[in-house]
Amino acid sequence: MLKRLLPVMVFLALCVLLFAGLRMADDKDLIPSPLINKPAPAYNLPRLDADGMLGHADMLGQAYLLNVWASWCPGCRVEHEQITRIADSGVLPVIGLNYKDAEADAQRWLNHFGNPYSAIIVDLNGKTGIDFGVYGAPETFLIDADGVVRYKQVGILDQRTWETEMLPLIQSLPDQRQPQPAL
Amino acid sequence: MSSSVRLLLAWSLLLLLLQLAPSPALAIDVIEFQNTAEEQRFRELTAELRCLVCQNQSLDDSSAPLAQDLRNEVLELMRAGRSNEGIREYLVARYGDFVLYRPRFTVATLLLWLGPIVLLLGGLILVFRSLRRMQTSTTNQPSKTDPNP
Repeated sequence: MLKRLLPVMVFLALCVLLFAGLRMADDKDLIPSPLINKPAPAYNLPRLDADGMLGHADMLGQAYLLNVWASWCPGCRVEHEQITRIADSGVLPVIGLNYKDAEADAQRWLNHFGNPYSAIIVDLNGKTGIDFGVYGAPETFLIDADGVVRYKQVGILDQRTWETEMLPLIQSLPDQRQPQPAL
Repeated sequence: MSSSVRLLLAWSLLLLLLQLAPSPALAIDVIEFQNTAEEQRFRELTAELRCLVCQNQSLDDSSAPLAQDLRNEVLELMRAGRSNEGIREYLVARYGDFVLYRPRFTVATLLLWLGPIVLLLGGLILVFRSLRRMQTSTTNQPSKTDPNP
């Protein structure tokens, strides 16, 4: 009897496995970043909002968000309000990474929607984007005071993700050292 | 044959030939390869790397801007003298194992790689066992004379 049932049971087990796989496939668009808990890639890029450069080394000593955006990115427009709220809250500075954008378009976008960023750096050819494993704007990285990537949000960062995922993580980070006078 | 028909035929033939002409990869960005060996290596590499934006295409045949950037990156790395493994390493460090169409052989992918072989062997064992059982049952107790079916 048991022997007869064995193939059926194997079949049912397979069904459960494959069905679970299908259900989990809903998240397949989210590619886990290998950068989590690793040092953020080094960058040194020209600023959009001011003269000069801003680099990875300048930001050491304080946790910050690196928000990848572009004027051509509809999701960034949606996310803008939330980014502004975070920046206004003063929890940590938000650095904008203007990704593969035309300068004039980026400026117009900022004039129209407002500039929430403490600083904006320009990745014109997308090289820094590649180093960060960016595959679609908007993306937001939480980088701690030691320059280590702690969290990556692919797609629009909403209030819920901010409150339930990122904020607790930021608060759990070891004491931030004195914020640099630069920002 | 009237001249209009002939003209039509000529045009259709021309169109047909145009269609048959070997087209390079779908993605439209012109890369000047130094030689065919380089092109060959480039195609082989990018065919095995996944485009992250359109996830069911390879870097080779995707025309997404990111795929174009990554193709340029691959070419640059090739010309900088990186090995194929080094280039894959470079992309995995940034995008994770996801970029590889051919998954690595690790503990996490053990089932993936060995599963089919295990299933095949299991199936073969089952087939052989039932074959042998059928053989012994036909030689020892032929079913038509079996008093207890």
